[in-house]
Amino acid sequence: MDILTLFIVIPVLTIIGIVFSKDHKQVKWTAAIGMGLQLIAAATLIILFLMERKAGNMAEMLFVKDLVWFPSLNIHYLIGVDGVSVAMIGLTAIVIFAGIFASWEVEELHKEFFITLILLSTGVFGFFISLDLFTLFLFYEIAVIPMYLLIGIWGSGPREYSAMKLTLMLMGGSALILVGLLGLYFNSNPSGGQLTFSLLAISKVHIPVEIQKFFFPFLFIGFGVLGALFPFHTWSPDGHASAPTAVSMLHAGVLMKLGGYGCFRVAVFLLPEAAHELGWIFIILTTISVIYGALGAVWQKDLKYINAYSSVSHCGMVLFAILMFNKTAMTGAVLQMISHGIMTALFFALIGMIYGRTHTRYINEMGGLMKVMPFLGVAYVIGGLASLGLPGFSGFVAEMTIFVGAFQNVDTFHRVATIIVVSSIVVTAVYILRVVGILLLGKINNEHYEHLGDAKWYERVSTGVLIFGITAIGLAPLWLSEMISGGLGPIIQRLLMASPIH
Amino acid sequence: MLIMRHELLLVAITVILLLVEIFLPQDKKHKIILPAILLMALVTIIGFIPGPTGVLFGGMYGTSPLILLMKNILNIGVLIIFTQSVSWLKLEEQKEKIGEYFVILLSTLIGMDYMISSGDFLMFYLGLELATIPLATLAAFERFKEKSAEAGVKLIFTSALSSGILLYGLSMIYGTTGTVYFPEVSAAYASAPLQILAFIFFFAGMAFKISLVPFHLWAADVYEGAPINVTSYLSVISKGAAVFIFMIILYTVFNKIALMWRDVIYVISILTMTLGNLFAMRQRNIKRFLAFSSIAQAGFILLGIIGQSQLGMTTVVYFVLVYIFSNLGAFGVAAIISSKTGKESIDDYDGLYRTNPMLSLTMMLALFSLAGIPPVAGFFGKFFLFTAAAKQGMYILVFIAVLNTIISLYYYLLVVKAMFLNQSDRPITYFKSDVYTKLGLAMCIAGIIIIGFASPVYEFILKLSYGLY
Repeated sequence: MDILTLFIVIPVLTIIGIVFSKDHKQVKWTAAIGMGLQLIAAATLIILFLMERKAGNMAEMLFVKDLVWFPSLNIHYLIGVDGVSVAMIGLTAIVIFAGIFASWEVEELHKEFFITLILLSTGVFGFFISLDLFTLFLFYEIAVIPMYLLIGIWGSGPREYSAMKLTLMLMGGSALILVGLLGLYFNSNPSGGQLTFSLLAISKVHIPVEIQKFFFPFLFIGFGVLGALFPFHTWSPDGHASAPTAVSMLHAGVLMKLGGYGCFRVAVFLLPEAAHELGWIFIILTTISVIYGALGAVWQKDLKYINAYSSVSHCGMVLFAILMFNKTAMTGAVLQMISHGIMTALFFALIGMIYGRTHTRYINEMGGLMKVMPFLGVAYVIGGLASLGLPGFSGFVAEMTIFVGAFQNVDTFHRVATIIVVSSIVVTAVYILRVVGILLLGKINNEHYEHLGDAKWYERVSTGVLIFGITAIGLAPLWLSEMISGGLGPIIQRLLMASPIH
Repeated sequence: MLIMRHELLLVAITVILLLVEIFLPQDKKHKIILPAILLMALVTIIGFIPGPTGVLFGGMYGTSPLILLMKNILNIGVLIIFTQSVSWLKLEEQKEKIGEYFVILLSTLIGMDYMISSGDFLMFYLGLELATIPLATLAAFERFKEKSAEAGVKLIFTSALSSGILLYGLSMIYGTTGTVYFPEVSAAYASAPLQILAFIFFFAGMAFKISLVPFHLWAADVYEGAPINVTSYLSVISKGAAVFIFMIILYTVFNKIALMWRDVIYVISILTMTLGNLFAMRQRNIKRFLAFSSIAQAGFILLGIIGQSQLGMTTVVYFVLVYIFSNLGAFGVAAIISSKTGKESIDDYDGLYRTNPMLSLTMMLALFSLAGIPPVAGFFGKFFLFTAAAKQGMYILVFIAVLNTIISLYYYLLVVKAMFLNQSDRPITYFKSDVYTKLGLAMCIAGIIIIGFASPVYEFILKLSYGLY
């Protein structure tokens, strides 16, 4: 078996293992071992990938495997990875591993919880390795649907409302994607031969500009819904706030990245001319996302809402960077996906742990937690500093790259948009420092809090892994950004060829 | 003989069951259940053995490999319905009529088989009537229940009306072309006004049978009143057979005016999906709910028909196959709950997962398949239907259809929500399902999971449909 299929097989085997587990302890250990193996597999994949590249294998995709599935429709099980997808797989493996430990003490229906959670991650892994649009879409939907049950059953607050809203809005996005994919399929061979769903094959075809312009909005908005593109972001705050800890982590950390990944891998890569012509609309929308999300976070009092709005802002920055159409900015976009993925997972994990102790998420009701739970407090500060882009952490690397890339576009429109986006950093600093100040510093305003304990071992595992990720990227970003920008080559090339200035 | 083997086998087992039924004493009628199911299983298996195909009676009757497959699909569906009916048939009210149930149901199936195989309008009409009239007795099977009796009467009236309309159309076709044989009608068909009128009457008549909007109003009441297993038969098998012949006739007889019926179907399809979905959302009775959802599903099937190609034909047959397994899965769970507890409201399903996890999971799988969620078969079925329509460049129609799948997802999720999310002080208590029900549901689950992944199924249908369009 090839290494990529392993990423689907391991979760499936884990799920089967969980089904046959007897008690709660066995269930969670099976899940942890399975996802631990997945993390090892991801690390192996990264090493193998770098070795191949070093050995001079410059093929667009590595570890390609092609099995015919539906011969008559030319649907394949076609998988392969480039630098970007390898990085995303690494991210997913880290977040899901941390997520398992963050949900160590799920209250009820443990078995079902871990099965659904791992099913969701299967969809995500499958999405990142697929090169066939049909399988890509299939995995995309597999990743979306378990959310309904996860939020609906194990969530808090208005969970039924949030779960339904989230599911329907994301499925609405997938409706747009479906139309776009069918449009690509039926235009994948203008000379009238065999049609194909293969991403690589379609990327070699020149689709007429008029057709591109028709389908580009379907695909970009479709994936954009999942990437919290304004004004389709409203599912995100509600969904994240109601979701249980591990689900918020996985959702904000990984699932929202599916949107950004799909935007450039499918929409921009396959329809470059349309991307050039219609990009300005989405640049406006993403600029609004960034600022609106940041400002939204300032007004919120609920920790989860703060983080959810900050996710809207950060994910908006990903989409914004993709639309800058140059290598630096796009590398920044992928870096931002990874950095934000780990960072926001860390935040949600910590929020979950704090909530588990204080039973409130309103910042005004808390204070001085640093004295009571120093480990969690420090972790929160680290996450916060990474979020506002302090050098030494992953956030700085990503955002700096984005802004440098964005500034390469010299016309006024891009400049103005870039400046607005850059200014969001200030707003980010405001809400991060405000939360840290109220929540962690100051004096303890509730005597009950004085007896709360610090993190348990499994919580330390969870946060430790994530903090390691943030600082590793922050301190040694070069290997990662090189790996990513290597994968972006073909996309940039295609964009340049389509560029009107060229 | 061999060409007509499906029908002849069914006639044979119908007669056998009738005879056995006569000689069984009054209190031993339930002994017929096992032989009935075994015989039906036997017929289903024999049906899959490849055999000759061809034309009989000078073209009145004809089969092709694809038509044989359609009959096999219907056989599988009926077999599953038989297994699902057992616990209901064993109830006190039905005890004495068990034999009749099987015999009547089989005779409608024979009618459907003849209808699908017809090569002229006469045979088609005969088959249609044989398939419809016994259904009314089935709908009124629980004759002491007011609603069931009402359903029977409603069904017979609406079928009579729709048959009348249909027949009127057929008579006009005969009047303008001078023949009832499909190939000859097709050759003689032009777009004369009377012929177009004839087509419209034909279309309306068929739309009644498939319950397309705006000819769907009978469906909800009949589905609600009829016993739940009969409802599943009506909404799955009966509808599937009607879709098959409708597609065959559109493609082989009315192929010359395809440009015209394409527009009609375009509009009807949108109406059917949308209205079916909007009404389904408001239903609290599980039977009515599934009735409206099956109306909406019929709208999706039209997308394949509009595809007008080998691809379209294949996707329709494939989708009906998937639809049979999915819908019967949902109906099977509803049926066993109804016969064990008498509860038929979605509100009663609150907290079902905690008391009857297996049933809830089956229901969820079936509903996800109906909604078209991967990785279950419904996703593949819907995706291919959309592909067929997109092939004609009808992206707007596809988009509307996909939006409709989201609406449908909403109400399917409402049931999932009741079972998994809601808590109840008086949930349906745990009960053990009988062997037959388990078998039937297991078949549904197997179908729902396997048919999608197993691409050979799709490729097989595609191969059979070659050259038919």
